[in-house]
Amino acid sequence: MTELSLHGGISIHRIGAMILRYWYLLMSSWPRLLELLYWPALQVITWGFLQLYIAENANFFARAGGTLIGAVILWDILFRGQLGFSISFLEEMWARNIGNLMMSPLKPIEFLLSLMIMSMIRLAIGVIPMTLLALFLFHFNVYALGLPLIAFFCNLIFTSWAVGIFVSGLVLRNGLGAESIVWTLMFAIMPLACVYYPVSVLPAWLQYVAWSLPPTYVFEGMRTLLIEHTFRTDLMLSALAINAVLLVASFGAFLALLRSAKKHGSLLSSGE
Amino acid sequence: MTGNDKASSPPTVAERGSSAAIAVDHLVKVYKQTRAVDDISFSLPRGSITGLLGGNGAGKTTTIAMIMGLVLPTSGRVQVLGHRMPEESAAVLGRMNFESPYVDMPMRLTVRQNLTVFGKLYAVKDVSDRIARLADELDLTEFIDRANGKLSAGQKTRVALAKALINQPELLLLDEPTASLDPDTADWVRAHMERYRKENNATILLASHNMLEVERLCDRVIIMKRGRIEDDDTPEAIMARYNRTTLEEVFLDVARGRVNGAKEAAR
Repeated sequence: MTELSLHGGISIHRIGAMILRYWYLLMSSWPRLLELLYWPALQVITWGFLQLYIAENANFFARAGGTLIGAVILWDILFRGQLGFSISFLEEMWARNIGNLMMSPLKPIEFLLSLMIMSMIRLAIGVIPMTLLALFLFHFNVYALGLPLIAFFCNLIFTSWAVGIFVSGLVLRNGLGAESIVWTLMFAIMPLACVYYPVSVLPAWLQYVAWSLPPTYVFEGMRTLLIEHTFRTDLMLSALAINAVLLVASFGAFLALLRSAKKHGSLLSSGE
Repeated sequence: MTGNDKASSPPTVAERGSSAAIAVDHLVKVYKQTRAVDDISFSLPRGSITGLLGGNGAGKTTTIAMIMGLVLPTSGRVQVLGHRMPEESAAVLGRMNFESPYVDMPMRLTVRQNLTVFGKLYAVKDVSDRIARLADELDLTEFIDRANGKLSAGQKTRVALAKALINQPELLLLDEPTASLDPDTADWVRAHMERYRKENNATILLASHNMLEVERLCDRVIIMKRGRIEDDDTPEAIMARYNRTTLEEVFLDVARGRVNGAKEAAR
């Protein structure tokens, strides 16, 4: 894998080869497929019933129908998007295949693009059935959000990729000992991204931190849409701008960590 | 410096690199306090088979990893097929390949699926045809549709060799290629490597602990110890220099520090 070079351009064939590799893997393992469906379904059922209960007993939530279950679905797009990216990467580490890829003509940007496409595929397998469950069990139609849903989705998936790229670089540099970061980093973002409550709940100083995270704009935008029936374009554009910075920074960090891994010989010993 | 001096001085890495398959120039790798590779230089002509010998920790794997671009040197230069590594690796990675005990093929994928993925990564033109030919040559047909994780160690080694040959590389780097094979299969693999080199004028750099293998295959041997090159010549010349009849005896002399005694006895 050539480090920084874009010599010869980006090859669709090599990206296709990597997607084929992950597709073969998914199709060869029913537990992997089941897991993609299982957790999102469990989430939506649990939170959906909670939403029903609260709506019956609290006037605010009765008016703001869907904010809780909407938040659950959007949070899952963010979380599963990152996991979909990172698990495909981890599969290479678990299989001790990373050396084969690094020695092949595959470029880092092609590798990362294939991981992004796989995160979309894995997300589709997990989240589409989840949205259908929400529709049939709780009469919450996330697709009724219309065009804003596309803006929410794009911003969340961009953040998930930025986090995925960064943690993959950490694992590449530090080996599988750093694997737990893959599973936990997004949860550190959760309270600050204000998934289930408005930003105004946070102390004033913490609100500055919250507004530095693109998902905060998405969840705030979703609540505005569901409660006030207003789509805040300004929030989405701010999120997009921060996401652009995050994606460039995470790619830079990935290349720096890859270089550091080559310097320290970590690619030869990708275990713990 | 006179003109004569200049003519007799060894060629620079750039001069050697253009014609050599591999040119290594004053290569050093330091990990914290350890000098894993300590100022080594050599160049391998195209079409040659060279054995890299040395005990554990001699620096063989680090040297190969630096040639492949998997490890960055602390200092020194590497040229592969006329291109500087790792700066120009994009120009050569498709023309070389490797096999190493430090990597595996994905376990859940079948042999055919694995070879298909790598064939596409290396832009092999007719992947199915190439896989069929390799399956025939390396006797993979019987288990071509079996998951890699369900193969025996010997079968996995043959699959790894098939992956290393998928792009018909001009340069093949092999780290212990026959380590887990029974003598019959190992002999068969060696015969295949010899044939591959002859038919494709390929260059092979082979790190091995199997001295018989090195004697049989290699037209040149580089012996490493504690990161430095201890000797570098044809197997016959090295055995004569140490007054030994096998490379194994030479290896033991070097490993146990009997180098000077053996060389003097030979004189």
